[in-house]
Amino acid sequence: MKEKEVPQDDGMLQGKTRDLYYVLDENGNYVNALSTGWEPKNIVMQQAWDIINEAVAGVRDQVLRNEASTLLYHMEKNQMDVKLLSQYSGVSKAKIKEHIRPGGLEKATQAEKEAYADSFRISVEQLLKLDDPDSHHA
Amino acid sequence: MIQTPTMPDPVFDHRQSAHCENGVTANLFRFHGLDINEPLVFGIGSGLFFAHMPFMKLNGIPVTGFRPFPGVIFQRAAKKLGIKMKVKTYRDPEKAMEELDANLAQGIPTGCVVGVFHLTYFPEPYRFHFNAHNLVAFAREGDLYHISDPVMETVTTLSHRDFQRVRFAKGTARPRGKMYWPVSVPEQINLRKAIVKGLRKTCYDMTEIPLKFFGAKGIHYLADRMLKWPQKLGDRKALQYLGQVVRMQEEIGTGGAGFRFMYAAFLQECARIFGDERFAAFSTRMTGIGDDWRAFAYEASRLVKNRSNNGSDWQSVSASLHRIADKEQLLFEELYLLAKEWDKKV
Repeated sequence: MKEKEVPQDDGMLQGKTRDLYYVLDENGNYVNALSTGWEPKNIVMQQAWDIINEAVAGVRDQVLRNEASTLLYHMEKNQMDVKLLSQYSGVSKAKIKEHIRPGGLEKATQAEKEAYADSFRISVEQLLKLDDPDSHHA
Repeated sequence: MIQTPTMPDPVFDHRQSAHCENGVTANLFRFHGLDINEPLVFGIGSGLFFAHMPFMKLNGIPVTGFRPFPGVIFQRAAKKLGIKMKVKTYRDPEKAMEELDANLAQGIPTGCVVGVFHLTYFPEPYRFHFNAHNLVAFAREGDLYHISDPVMETVTTLSHRDFQRVRFAKGTARPRGKMYWPVSVPEQINLRKAIVKGLRKTCYDMTEIPLKFFGAKGIHYLADRMLKWPQKLGDRKALQYLGQVVRMQEEIGTGGAGFRFMYAAFLQECARIFGDERFAAFSTRMTGIGDDWRAFAYEASRLVKNRSNNGSDWQSVSASLHRIADKEQLLFEELYLLAKEWDKKV
């Protein structure tokens, strides 16, 4: 790739940093160049997020139909299964399985709720409800 | 010598790199007086690789890798350059932070392995449960740690709490507070010898591992396998598999084309260091192969975007990979001969 061909297709990096590329300058020497993104990358990253977002939307509907508690929603949103949440929160897998049932989270102790909220980096108040449907990232 | 972008910083010379592991290694080694850059670390550490391993899955998708397992490049580079490293992991998060503080109080920049999911300064779309990211902590001021994360353009900070959390990320391959730093750097380094050893290892890995999953053979293997995906998995899943290959190839940290451009830069450095123009010719060929990988990524992303279920589209991306595999096989066979020739002289 040549220096002048470095793509600048804004997207997933959100302006927080840029990708460093190794490219050839006019004299055929390797130099570094920065890129804000590349369309093919944006497409396949979006594909990965579409899979996650569809799963989150599915669980959101489950919660709205009262088939699961908001805990399951926040787990899905944070790409955590029961095992991973158990590791982060220190709450046993058996208890988590109870708490993701409809109405199950109400039976959790305050300490358990705080441990969950901390694992997701949200407040207990947020843990007990769903986010706005359009607040999911990517 | 390649000039990498620098940020003026009173304590630590932060240079951005394409890949976190190379970058941390190069930045730490340079702090200890070794003049080295990312492509050299990558080449000496035999960073270039290819593996397609259907028996290993990540989020239900077979693993395709363009580099060895995390930590390997760094270990190889340190060993070949004769640099002694101290490496520690911890059970107790408090102790892990205390010992880091002790290092920082003595002015020792320290490499840390972290998970990226809770890494606050990272762009959100990149926050997956990936636990093998590397950064350098170089100072503490009150609650804030000063961080040189080589994939970021500038130095950044983490609070004590956020730092402890990412050092003790949970899930697959937990970092367990792992930290590392050079304890001794030899006064005389035989750079040529280290480079030749690195070259030989890469050429071997790319052409001679007797398993179909690895090296240029592995690229042929992937090209064959993907033709069966649409029928075996259905269109949707097949495209997810294809998308994963492109993500591994082009994601943050490769410098483009699955590290092939970085390796071409390394070969160009070799031409300079050995005064042997044959390395420059290999560099030019490697650049061409990198361009082929980029063309493959472009083509594959079109399939993903158009939700293609067209058999001829799949034939076409598969054929592109076969051509790349042939070129890499030939290049590394020939480069192997040159590396062996130099091995007798250094």
